[in-house]
Amino acid sequence: MALSMHSSIEGNTARLQLVGEVDGTTAPQMRAEVDKLLNGSPQNLVLRVDELTFMSSAGLRVLIFAKQKQPGLTIYVVKPQAPIIDTLRKTGFYDGVYVTETEPALA
Amino acid sequence: MEGRIDYYPTHECRGFRFRKGHVLPFGATVVGSGVNFSIYSSAAEACTLVLFRKHEPEPMVEIEFPRSFHIGGVYSMIVFDLDYEDIEYGYRFSGPWDPGRGLRFDYSKIVSDPYGRVIGGRDLWRAEPDWNDLYQHRARLAFDDFDWEADHPLETPIQDLVVYEMHVRGFTAHESSSVSAPGTYAALREKIPYLKELGVNCIELLPIYEFDEWDNNRRHPETGELLLNYWGYSTIAFFAPKAGYAATGQFGMQVDELKTTIKELHRNGIELILDVVFNHTAEGDHRGPVISFRGIDNAAYYMLTPEGYYYNFSGCGNTLNCNHPVARNMVIDCLRYWAAEYHIDGFRFDLASILGRDQNGAPLSNPPLLESLAFDPVLSKCKLIAEAWDAGGLYQVGSFPAYGRWAEWNGKYRDAVRRFIKGDEGLTGEIATRVQGSPDLYWHRGPTASTNFITCHDGFTLRDLVSYNWKHNEANAENNNDGANDNNSWNCGWEGETADPAVNELRLRQMKNATTILMLSQGVPMILMGDEIGRTQKGNNNAYCHDTELSWMDWRLVETNSGLLRFFQKVIRFRRAHPALRRRRFFEHSDVHGAGILDISFHGLQPYSPDYSSWSRCLAFMLSGHGAPELDADIYVAMNMYWDALPFRLPKRGHGGAWTVEINTSMPSPDDIFDPGQGPAVSGDEVIAGPRSIIVLTANTHS
Repeated sequence: MALSMHSSIEGNTARLQLVGEVDGTTAPQMRAEVDKLLNGSPQNLVLRVDELTFMSSAGLRVLIFAKQKQPGLTIYVVKPQAPIIDTLRKTGFYDGVYVTETEPALA
Repeated sequence: MEGRIDYYPTHECRGFRFRKGHVLPFGATVVGSGVNFSIYSSAAEACTLVLFRKHEPEPMVEIEFPRSFHIGGVYSMIVFDLDYEDIEYGYRFSGPWDPGRGLRFDYSKIVSDPYGRVIGGRDLWRAEPDWNDLYQHRARLAFDDFDWEADHPLETPIQDLVVYEMHVRGFTAHESSSVSAPGTYAALREKIPYLKELGVNCIELLPIYEFDEWDNNRRHPETGELLLNYWGYSTIAFFAPKAGYAATGQFGMQVDELKTTIKELHRNGIELILDVVFNHTAEGDHRGPVISFRGIDNAAYYMLTPEGYYYNFSGCGNTLNCNHPVARNMVIDCLRYWAAEYHIDGFRFDLASILGRDQNGAPLSNPPLLESLAFDPVLSKCKLIAEAWDAGGLYQVGSFPAYGRWAEWNGKYRDAVRRFIKGDEGLTGEIATRVQGSPDLYWHRGPTASTNFITCHDGFTLRDLVSYNWKHNEANAENNNDGANDNNSWNCGWEGETADPAVNELRLRQMKNATTILMLSQGVPMILMGDEIGRTQKGNNNAYCHDTELSWMDWRLVETNSGLLRFFQKVIRFRRAHPALRRRRFFEHSDVHGAGILDISFHGLQPYSPDYSSWSRCLAFMLSGHGAPELDADIYVAMNMYWDALPFRLPKRGHGGAWTVEINTSMPSPDDIFDPGQGPAVSGDEVIAGPRSIIVLTANTHS
């Protein structure tokens, strides 16, 4: 399944909606998009993932990349589906992001 | 420097662009926009890199290393534009097939990288592999992007360790474990609160280097049970963590999951020691499969007979050629990698005496590998612990080439304490030596060289030690011929499980006796997973092949045997509270600080009259709090392994307060062990130690 993305920047907050699957094939697209968003040096990166059904290790590594590229960046993962939460927990990525059920009020 | 291009392709093969690579480091390493592949063979004539897309049966490309890419015996190349997450790689080597000369090259085989950091093919535990796959154990890339935060190996002083030997899968595979992903690194992480409550501050994991649980699999002819390589003492790849132990192994994220678990262990003050198996590999003897080493540099990696067959000092078909410079360097590189990349706190070396043999198998007086490890800068704070014997008859407990660094599993401690507890006569002299940390063996190294244990994965569990006179290994389908026969066990009057309350009470007491002696001995204590809750293997003393409830930890026993668990928790805390029990140096047998008593003194039923006769079964000793590394209480221990109660007259002290009971194994829980100083005071100048029991007293060193 393909990945479609929609991104926006508002003040210090970059938002990226991910729909579909992030796997080895689509992760480079996600990474390119995150890279672009980080060029604006936002303080927050909000990933809306309620319509994301799968995130492979390559997708999770994009989160690491974001953290490394911009130390101090706060990453919100909004409404992840259960398998994605599970993978985040077991690999320890869960501790490095904020998992929320609702989109944080940020600007 | 902006605008530099350090890596640019010079060659192309079927659309894959590549160039000459770096010879070091060996393995596959991401560099710039490419991956550097480097591998060594002293005798090959040519080498081909084989690249797969993940899980694909056929390679996507095979690239022969051009002659100009060889330096010495090293083949290296950088391949560009690969999808790091989605590739698997291996090699084909050309060279002579001449087994008599130790050469076993076979270009038809794809071999795995000895430096492979992630290995695919057994990603999900117990999922039956595709046996038709031409490349079973597929090397993949690992990434250096894990966020360790401020984590650091703990460097806990070795004398302060209480080690818990455990199996990653067996710890939580049982449904009673109530974890989200049973049998995994992630589940181990979930159970850290249990370990903390138990009080251990170090876990020692049975092998977690990638191995094949399907190795030598078979069905039990009578029960039909699938027997697997459950313990994992048969390495496929030394640099790769066992993928099947990761809940995320199917996603190729075992590295992250393991590192997360280690970070959390460290956060909770728990060290991690790995049981490492450098004595042999999973390739077996000349009839075994070609997985890696055999097809790359057979004569360098293995000890070979003059006829080109495999020496078998491991009992497992082959013997790694540890003191050949190539194999030796691989071992050192591997341990450095784990220490640096995984923050491992120490290593326990399986059948370590093999590491001290030369290329013909003869023991060396100054083995280069052991010396190198002892003085290695990266490993300088790691614990190095030897299982100081091998299957070839080399027994080096007390004489392992230690260079002032190596500690040992003290098999003599195990044997003596087992015999003493079961009531054998004439052990008191040896027990007096063992509780001091075995100065007869380690006088030049100190008591911390002695890893004291009574049980370990190999042999009876503690509960079985007091429940069986004989091994019961029929479930292993080897006609009960496998496993040790000299167990020094005693069934307390009935072979196996019984409802007899007197037998069960005695067994419980014997388990407490064993643990008390272990925790009150100088040296580093190690307990076996589940002993604290009375785990049984039904008398099986070699459960290497059982991925079943027989070898798993049954967490329902936490409730059933809560009294025993409470005893373990408190006796471990007792040890950790008393520096007198955790010396770095041996006792001087003198009144070091003028306190009026010796730093250690031995007693019998009468003070200062230990009975070392051949019929004796009881011994007492007293530790001076003034003689401890830090000022401590005086500690008195009366061990009565006779079948009747005996009165021990207490030695006089020229100072301090009265004696208080801390432990009395003849009493039922909760009166068997008390919070520090909360037990009853001793009135009079003697204590009665019940049949087969131990009493421990403390007294303040100031009045």
